[in-house]
Amino acid sequence: MSSKKDRSPEGAQRIPGISPPDFISFHPGYVRLPLTAFQNTYAALKDYFYNWLFQLRGPQAGPIVLVQRRIFILPTRQGFVFAGVLALMLIGSINYGLSLGFVLTFLLVALSINAMVYTFRNLANLRISAARTRPVFVGEKAQFAVCIDNPGQADRFAIGLMRDKEESTFVDIPSRRAVFAGIAIPAVRRGLMRPGRLTLFTRFPLGLYYAWSYLELDAHCLVYPRPAPAGLPLPPAEPGAGTGMQHGQGREDFAGLRPYHAGDSPRHIAWKAAARGQGLLTKQFSGRADTELWLDWRHLPAQMDIEDKLSRLTRGVLDAHARGITFGLRIPGRTVALAGGEAQRDRCLEALALFGSEST
Amino acid sequence: MTAPTISLHNTVWLTAALALIAAPHAERLPAWVMVLAATLALWRIYLGRARLELPRRPLLMVVVAGATAAVFLYYRTIFGRDAGVALLIVMLALKLLETRSQRDALLLIFLGYFLIITNFLYSQTIAAALYMLGCVWIITATMIGCNHTQLQQGYRNQLRTAGLMLAQSAPLMLVLFLFFPRTAGPLWGLPHDAHAGVSGLSDSMSPGNIANLSLSDAVAFRVEFKSAIPESRRMYWRGPVMWDLHGPTWNVGRYYFDEPKYQGLSAPVEYTVTLEPHNKPWLFALDLPGQVPPRAKMSGDLQLLATAPVNSRTRYEMKSYLEARFGADENPLALDRALRLPPASNPRTVEFARGLRQKHPDDKALIREVLAMFRNEKFYYTLSPPLLGEHAVDDFLFQTRSGFCEIYASSFAVLMRAAGIPARIVTGYQGGEFNPLGGYIIVRQADAHAWTEVWLPGEGWVRVDPTAAVSPLRIQSGIAAAVPRTDPLPLFARGAYPWLRQLRFTWDSLANNWNQWVLGYNPERQRWVLSRVGIDEATWHALAVVLIVATGLIMLALLPLMLRTLKARVNDPVKRAYLRFCSKLGRKGLPREPAEGPSAYAARLSRLRPELAPKVSAITRLYVALRYGAGGSTAALRELEQQVRQFSA
Repeated sequence: MSSKKDRSPEGAQRIPGISPPDFISFHPGYVRLPLTAFQNTYAALKDYFYNWLFQLRGPQAGPIVLVQRRIFILPTRQGFVFAGVLALMLIGSINYGLSLGFVLTFLLVALSINAMVYTFRNLANLRISAARTRPVFVGEKAQFAVCIDNPGQADRFAIGLMRDKEESTFVDIPSRRAVFAGIAIPAVRRGLMRPGRLTLFTRFPLGLYYAWSYLELDAHCLVYPRPAPAGLPLPPAEPGAGTGMQHGQGREDFAGLRPYHAGDSPRHIAWKAAARGQGLLTKQFSGRADTELWLDWRHLPAQMDIEDKLSRLTRGVLDAHARGITFGLRIPGRTVALAGGEAQRDRCLEALALFGSEST
Repeated sequence: MTAPTISLHNTVWLTAALALIAAPHAERLPAWVMVLAATLALWRIYLGRARLELPRRPLLMVVVAGATAAVFLYYRTIFGRDAGVALLIVMLALKLLETRSQRDALLLIFLGYFLIITNFLYSQTIAAALYMLGCVWIITATMIGCNHTQLQQGYRNQLRTAGLMLAQSAPLMLVLFLFFPRTAGPLWGLPHDAHAGVSGLSDSMSPGNIANLSLSDAVAFRVEFKSAIPESRRMYWRGPVMWDLHGPTWNVGRYYFDEPKYQGLSAPVEYTVTLEPHNKPWLFALDLPGQVPPRAKMSGDLQLLATAPVNSRTRYEMKSYLEARFGADENPLALDRALRLPPASNPRTVEFARGLRQKHPDDKALIREVLAMFRNEKFYYTLSPPLLGEHAVDDFLFQTRSGFCEIYASSFAVLMRAAGIPARIVTGYQGGEFNPLGGYIIVRQADAHAWTEVWLPGEGWVRVDPTAAVSPLRIQSGIAAAVPRTDPLPLFARGAYPWLRQLRFTWDSLANNWNQWVLGYNPERQRWVLSRVGIDEATWHALAVVLIVATGLIMLALLPLMLRTLKARVNDPVKRAYLRFCSKLGRKGLPREPAEGPSAYAARLSRLRPELAPKVSAITRLYVALRYGAGGSTAALRELEQQVRQFSA
């Protein structure tokens, strides 16, 4: 048993039952409540039991194949109701001496036993892998996509994916096909967000049983800080770095066109060119000295909350990118050199998102 | 989680399935129940199609209260069999009207299965079973449809899955049916109407009773003979014996249980009777019954009475003496009872009998005279006689002179009693039809008959059948030959078409097997089956072991069948051989990496396990040549397969 535990790479992060999404970055104020020795032992034993029973070994790299040991099955509430109805039918058959009543009751008993195999079969041998996720801002929903591959000859129906018994999405997977199932999880904190434990489940074909498997996929989504409301002025430029830069005046010189990339501000799209059928192009402006901007942590008021500062800087990054100016970012422990464009924006946002997590 | 709503497609399926299940009840329930249920169901479909809100609960509550009251007023109870079924159908229709979610739909489906079983309370024929099997199939397909979450997969898919699942359930069903411990008798008292509506002889006989029964071709019982089958004219199946006459009606009256004294004069006939339920205590046996079946007793006048009304198909072994002498020293009280006539009834008959008595002091001569009268004067044997008045025997003997067996028996008995000869009426069945396919005799309700017994000093009770005098054909060839062609008779009883007869014998033989093995599977049968598989002591313990072992074996056999489609199938024999080679190595801890080509894999293997190098490179060379080279030969494929087979890491 202990060897199993040792094998798991991230034994410390295994949390049973319902758990909030794992965050790599924790808030500094996060303190574990003191527990008594008994509670500690009980909780540890419970964890251990759950982890053993449900084979929870932390996020796994590579596709997960739903072998028999990974699939769990229990009757649903409807299943118990059906069992009650069958018991009634059996008693009725005995009482009235109905031979065909016995035949029907036993046929349904056999059917409900077979249904267990069918429900298990609906989930068995699927190959699950995580697809890439796009970064989101705090307050948005992270879209985790899971690729479910059915290599077998039987079609699978009504396979659900959910997290924490909240909303679930259902997909059908024809034989020898792979289907993407998406799950949206609200991003509440910046940092690297893991989907946590997802549940792949099914009640098909009769709804009498609930078969499920826990998925701990090696997927994560980068969550940027929530941008501060638009309209706030950017922090003042660092003295000496530029030459008394001005911004927000739209006096940049038009320098040329380049193909559109996702994330470019719609204000910079060359709509006339698009109307001529040249496709989407983005206008570029020549970076003058006074359009170089350093977004600097130290220029924000010292008494400001850390998250608020990060929000302001995020807004700054977005605004600076939208204007197409060259900018850099300075936060404690990390400096992003001056540059422009989408890559620069993503670099800066990532630095802001992961602020403080490198130290933990 | 909010329960998913049910789609219109599924609602229609559900309604249709429930309607199919409820349909056979239409002929048993009052029309208003079916009309109400159909209206509610159609309303539900309409609301679904028009995408309107379903009715609110208070309105439904009013309908529930109204329907319950109506059922109560109609049946004077809401329990009982018929009232219960009526209430169940109305409630199902109402539940349909508030079915929004899949969860509601599943509950309705469960109740639908329950409704199927209520049909078996009324009919358990092969046809009913097949029809209900179809219903089970459809409602199971509906259940699958309700569990689909995407757009509909089409009804074919649903029906196919349901059919497959039901077919795969059959073996387990059979095992449970055979080995689930059976108990005899009900667990608690049944509602009074549980067995209503079965036809058969009763404890009283009025003119027209037996004629009515003759219109039914329902089977009364079937008989397998161990010895030779007696001639039809000698087969009198004894049932209720009538002693007391009130007006035109004969009654069984009180039973008396003096030990009957009889003496068999011929070798006994041995046979087994399978009696259809008739909700009365009588067990039928050839006259004169020579033994008493278990859980029954014999009255002083040789009626076999089961301790409880025959509510299920009953099988019993019997022995009879066709020639016997019985009751020579009959109880004087019984003889007195056999002479009683109601005062001031049938005066002309009584007067006529007194005249006969003066003419013939000898009992036998008197009887002969009366029978001769029936035979020689214009008496007619018919199923549809004219109506008779208060003095039924007078009217018959002196006016109408046409009637069915019960009025002949009745008149004869009244004449005998008036002439001072003790007489009583015996009802039962006469004759029967031989089924050459099954080798048994079928006795139908149409064979119902009434005859008389008179008591002669020194001889005891002697059977006299006045019908035989007026219509010898009835006794020799059965009722179809005896009554006029214009009389209404069941089609089967006529036997006009040979092929129809053949078909009917086949069908009845099938029905007999069905009765014996499916419907008549009772604790005795179960014990017999168990003794055949080597279990003589059929305890619950033994049955539990048999059940568990058999269930396990069946599931083991079925699992590969159900799970075989899970794995990816490799059609290419070359690839299959190579994958086998890879899995052999994989088991030894040398698996092929996902992105590793055959040559790179071979190279790595040779480095790690140099001793395997020659074989590995040979297999890899063959594989690469067959798979990527031009035109591989069958010989090369065989070579590859052989090498892989012999390979071991």
